[in-house]
Amino acid sequence: MLGRLGWDALPYDPVVIGGALSVVGGLVGIIVLITVLKRWKWLYKEWLTSLDHKKIGVMYIVVALVMLIRGLGDALLMRLQQIIGSNEANAVLTSEHFQQIFTAHGTIMIFFVAMGAMFGIINLILPQMLGARDVAFPFLNSVSFWLFFSGMALVNTSLIIGEFAATGWMAYPPLSGLEYSPGVGVDYWIWSIQIAGIGSLLSGINFIVTILKERAPGMSLMKMPIFAWSVLGAMILVAFSFPILTGTLAMLSLDRLMGMHFFTSDMGGNPMMYINLIWAWGHPEVYILILPAFGIFSEIVATFSGKKLFGYKSMVVAIMAITFLSYVVWLHHFFTMGGGANVNAFFGIMTMVIAIPTGVKVFNWLFTMYRGRVRFTSPMYWFMGFVVTFTIGGMTGVLHAIPAVDFQLHNSLFLVAHFHNMIIGGVLFGYFAGLTYWFPKIFGFKLHEGLGKLAAWTWIIGFVTAFVPLYVLGLMGATRRLDHYDASLGWQGLFIVAGIGAVIIVIAVGIQLLQIGYSIWTRKQRIDHNGDPWDGRTLEWSTTSPSPSYNFAVLPQVKSIDAFWYQKQGNENKNEMETFQPFHLPKNSGIGLFIGILSTIAGFGIIWHIWWLVIIAAVLIIYSIVHRANDRDTEMLVTKKDILSEAMG
Amino acid sequence: MSQANTSIAPHNDKSSLGFWIYLMTDCVLFASLFATFAVLRNATAGGPTGAELFDLNYILIETLILLASSFTVGMALLGFRVGSKRIALSMLVLTGLLGGTFLALEINEFQHLIHEGFTWQTSAFLSSFFTLVGTHGLHIAIGVLWLVYLAAAIYRHGLDSINKKRIVLFALFWHFLDLIWIFIFSIVYLGAKF
Ligand SMILES: [Cu+2]
Repeated sequence: MLGRLGWDALPYDPVVIGGALSVVGGLVGIIVLITVLKRWKWLYKEWLTSLDHKKIGVMYIVVALVMLIRGLGDALLMRLQQIIGSNEANAVLTSEHFQQIFTAHGTIMIFFVAMGAMFGIINLILPQMLGARDVAFPFLNSVSFWLFFSGMALVNTSLIIGEFAATGWMAYPPLSGLEYSPGVGVDYWIWSIQIAGIGSLLSGINFIVTILKERAPGMSLMKMPIFAWSVLGAMILVAFSFPILTGTLAMLSLDRLMGMHFFTSDMGGNPMMYINLIWAWGHPEVYILILPAFGIFSEIVATFSGKKLFGYKSMVVAIMAITFLSYVVWLHHFFTMGGGANVNAFFGIMTMVIAIPTGVKVFNWLFTMYRGRVRFTSPMYWFMGFVVTFTIGGMTGVLHAIPAVDFQLHNSLFLVAHFHNMIIGGVLFGYFAGLTYWFPKIFGFKLHEGLGKLAAWTWIIGFVTAFVPLYVLGLMGATRRLDHYDASLGWQGLFIVAGIGAVIIVIAVGIQLLQIGYSIWTRKQRIDHNGDPWDGRTLEWSTTSPSPSYNFAVLPQVKSIDAFWYQKQGNENKNEMETFQPFHLPKNSGIGLFIGILSTIAGFGIIWHIWWLVIIAAVLIIYSIVHRANDRDTEMLVTKKDILSEAMG
Repeated sequence: MSQANTSIAPHNDKSSLGFWIYLMTDCVLFASLFATFAVLRNATAGGPTGAELFDLNYILIETLILLASSFTVGMALLGFRVGSKRIALSMLVLTGLLGGTFLALEINEFQHLIHEGFTWQTSAFLSSFFTLVGTHGLHIAIGVLWLVYLAAAIYRHGLDSINKKRIVLFALFWHFLDLIWIFIFSIVYLGAKF
């Protein structure tokens, strides 16, 4: 009846129980809080069922922030283990639990923090920047979000019921096959990212169509803000790489569920095929995350330098070159696995080539600042931190591109330091900059600048302290994913420094939370009255803050790059209500939420082999889709009267 | 805010562009299955090879049935264009029947193999064979379900603009599956013999 599920699925190890209790406690706390405040109805009507891209964006960001804290907790446990790991007797974690933690850390940080924050920011800003009222398919957008949420729910369920994968975040077979990982851990990993991944794929399609079809009148592709170009590149990558992930996970799952032999080590199975496939997704994924960050910095640097972006066309070319090249470098993730000298040489050279467009971008930003009237606001602090850390990370990356060097560095902590350099210094700093920059557009008031700058400094210092020791340790021979090592190696001192760095990062996140809390508390001092708090250049700043549900009552007419800047120079009158034409907005729908809940149930059923549950959930999902398809009244008309009465409050 | 019936005209090209991109992504999914098949096709682990298992005549009949169904979908679209609900509906039903027959033949082929003791557990080659062909079959099954829904919607609402938009998308989907099948036919079945 309940498949593999039994009482033994509940945790027994004290550390694991602690993790489980914190999840359950947090959940109960939230439920009690909402009930006490009598906010259920409000939450359902205003948020969970909303098809407004800005609200969906905020929900993505909230989930990503919560998951960032979870992922940081995992990181702290790993640092603690490695500090005291020279003496096996006083280890905090068992080897098995340690493996689950580094797997969860990687999976959560990539799929639920970085991807979540990326889709959050794109949702918040892209339509407004294009001068559009919404994304191309608002309902699909809500489904995407709830599939993302569903995957996140499954990862965290594994803390309470069962276990998580102990295979590393890419789950290489044959280790992740049934023979060596018979438990539910790998299944949790597969289905949480399978479901979230399908959500990402749908988002990718949605944003490509939004960019190609929803731009304001007059905005040709070459008048589009660079952020939109970067999103276009990233979403093309999503559309052409996530199906590979879907297929690969499905095959791994078939091996585990039906005894197939795709990736097993016997009966003709080929584990290397998995590694090729998963990196054919995995490398583009890196650029999916970093391209929007490049876009964000392009907007920020132009705004705060008071100049138009240097080399717009070269920026576009660089983005598209990266988009293309990121499909022909995947093999650099396994130079050591016997591809042969010629194959390795090709992928090594391609990897060096992809560094060129990336370098072009860094120079473009620096030239934009050159002789500009630069305002050092907190988004610019993140940018400066980014330039320094990302350039260092880029250089250690190009080192890896030389196959001979990679043979030395492969699977070492040097590699771990390198990709954290890219993901933290590149991706995360970019998203923090973007969130600070666009916060007033969404909420109507700015974040506290001083605390923001302090947070940026603390992050940068914490980052350097935490990861420079890992570079050194890697060169000394420390491999990744070590839960203990011999004391005579003399590594402990550096691990202690890295641990201190991790604590500084935690403090930095604390400052960010304080920044948000304090800014909300004292928001009256930082209200954005005219909708353009930074003297911005692109269209999102031409509407009020917070922007109305329809973004623009009258669609802006675009005549140039940096359309709003052009308007402000007096080249064009602001849009008048005289030309107003009624338009449609999507009505709320609870079906996305419903599909998300059902997907979680279906995923849970597959993980635990509770097949009747899977069938019920699948039938109900089909029913929801049919129900939505039958609904022929999904939009409402907005007239001039509606807009004027909303403006009056 | 006031309520109104929706005009769908401006959404038309958005949904077809979106659907085209979706088909591209599905193409990539099939590409990874094809790539895996290509790598594993000789990994028979001592079990039977494709040349020993496949009956080309049988597959040819399946192929012809699927091609015929692509033709009837075209006829259904034509029925829409001339405004004949009767032609549109009957051609859709015919498409559904052809699709159903194709599925039945495929299931029969699978059952036959399993009966002989050659399952997806036999070898990596058969794992990838069942998965690639089965994924196509799953798409056909979803297509047939979609057809049932479409036919019911046309029966209820007639040839309105929403139904028209949907039938165009369905036709795209169906032709796409035809194309994938041609690849399966040539690479998996013909390729096994030569
Ligand atoms: Cu890579």
